[in-house]
Amino acid sequence: MSIQRMEAPELLSLNKFNVDEEDPHIVLDKEICRVCKEKPCLYVCPAVLYKLDKNGDLTFDYAGCLECGTCRVMCKNKGIARWVYPRGTFGVSFRQG
Amino acid sequence: MCEEEKFDAIIIGAGPAGAACAYTLAREGKEVLVIERGNTPGNKNVTGGRLYTYALEMLDKGLYEEAALERKVTHEQIMLLGRNSGISIDYHDPSFNEKEKVPMSFTILRANFDEWLASKAEEMGAMLACGIKVDELIEREGKIIGVKAGEDEMYADVIIAADGVNSFMAQQAGLLKDIEANSVGVGVKEVIELPPQLIEERFNLKDGEGAARMILGCTEGIHGGGFLYTNKESISLGCVFMPEEAAKHKKTIHKIFQEMKMHPSISPLIEGGKTVEYGAHLVPEAGFRGIPKKLYRDGFLMVGDAAGFVINTGYSIRGIDLAILSGTAAARAILASDNTSDTGSKYIKELNNIKLLPTMKAVEGFGDIMETQWMYDKLPNLANDVFGSLFAVNEEVPGSIKKDVMSLIKANGLSVWQLIKFGLKGVRSI
Repeated sequence: MSIQRMEAPELLSLNKFNVDEEDPHIVLDKEICRVCKEKPCLYVCPAVLYKLDKNGDLTFDYAGCLECGTCRVMCKNKGIARWVYPRGTFGVSFRQG
Repeated sequence: MCEEEKFDAIIIGAGPAGAACAYTLAREGKEVLVIERGNTPGNKNVTGGRLYTYALEMLDKGLYEEAALERKVTHEQIMLLGRNSGISIDYHDPSFNEKEKVPMSFTILRANFDEWLASKAEEMGAMLACGIKVDELIEREGKIIGVKAGEDEMYADVIIAADGVNSFMAQQAGLLKDIEANSVGVGVKEVIELPPQLIEERFNLKDGEGAARMILGCTEGIHGGGFLYTNKESISLGCVFMPEEAAKHKKTIHKIFQEMKMHPSISPLIEGGKTVEYGAHLVPEAGFRGIPKKLYRDGFLMVGDAAGFVINTGYSIRGIDLAILSGTAAARAILASDNTSDTGSKYIKELNNIKLLPTMKAVEGFGDIMETQWMYDKLPNLANDVFGSLFAVNEEVPGSIKKDVMSLIKANGLSVWQLIKFGLKGVRSI
């Protein structure tokens, strides 16, 4: 198999996740994000979980989160209303690390 | 609160700092509880990575011989990537793999290593509780006395925050402000499986030997660099960037890394491999200057990444060894204290005794050189162009090397004066 560029969803599909369907560990304030001009989250999330939809609105899915915390550190306008680690046993489980 | 249920120490996080602390305390008969949010220790952790062996030796002589390690690093490499070319420097030191001698460093994978080290702490008598996230600290009369996880409350004489770079515990204790964007790097990594024989052929390794490679010029001009470590049956390939610069230049970290992977001087090294995991993690990058002013409170100590204990000199990156040292120093301070009020100041003393703080201070100047923006694209491009011109032979009469270099400096948007200033700054910084 020859080495190829891989899209983020393909890379994330290799990882083991136990998604907490009841309690999202990252919650956005859509109103703040709507008016945020810089949107650093679009560039700095290694899992590319922050995207723009066709209307230019920010979409986000916490399911593939690698729990690095880069978005939280970079979010200057506080659009990330909540960022905590997932509850015990939930989230990503690195088998290599 | 029932006194019988009180631990001597509760450690938040079963990474190398927490496990080393637990190991040392439990060995001396202390009642220790380690709380880990991952299902198993190492589950939430990512490294480049390598471990410098001296730290395990300090924890216990000979411990490394049974540790979950990958390969002994005998090849230290530096790579400068140009647009479509690369310069590799390979320092091969077979003495790093001599029998009867402790190898300098090993490549490692954290899921295996952390689980192993935590199991050693358990063997010493520490209690390990996995899959539990500590939500908050319990404070009474200005002293940290316990932790809360969901409905459960647990108490101890001292709480050790070994909860990593995003240390919410240290923030809650008021010892850490929220992380500044320019004080951290974000690392991404693919673990790519390859047969051991192929790894050994490609990197010119004997059985059990490994290579560690730092890569400059793969970040599209963003302050950062790449790394490659050979494991037993895989290669860890990744990049660390300053996220603030990536955002400013509107460059996606994922994309830059994928381009690095496809670079004509990188892709042959991993050809035929199969990616099995994609990880990401923050890395403290501020060095000595980034260490919080206070590393303790009454009943509370910070260790490892939580305390910012990482060294990046560009050619070597140290974090796991410093984590083990700081965990050990914390344990020694606890063992030497009769009451909790002087544990903190003893901890600082132990961090000095174990040479962690002096080591970080000694290399603090390296950060200054790394602020030079053109180091991350123009410099590696120039170096490649100079080599390209040096090795070029054709039917023409060769031009003057000096003239060629001058024009290449200019072509790369640099000046001789800039390079001289850079050299002087470099000499001053180290």
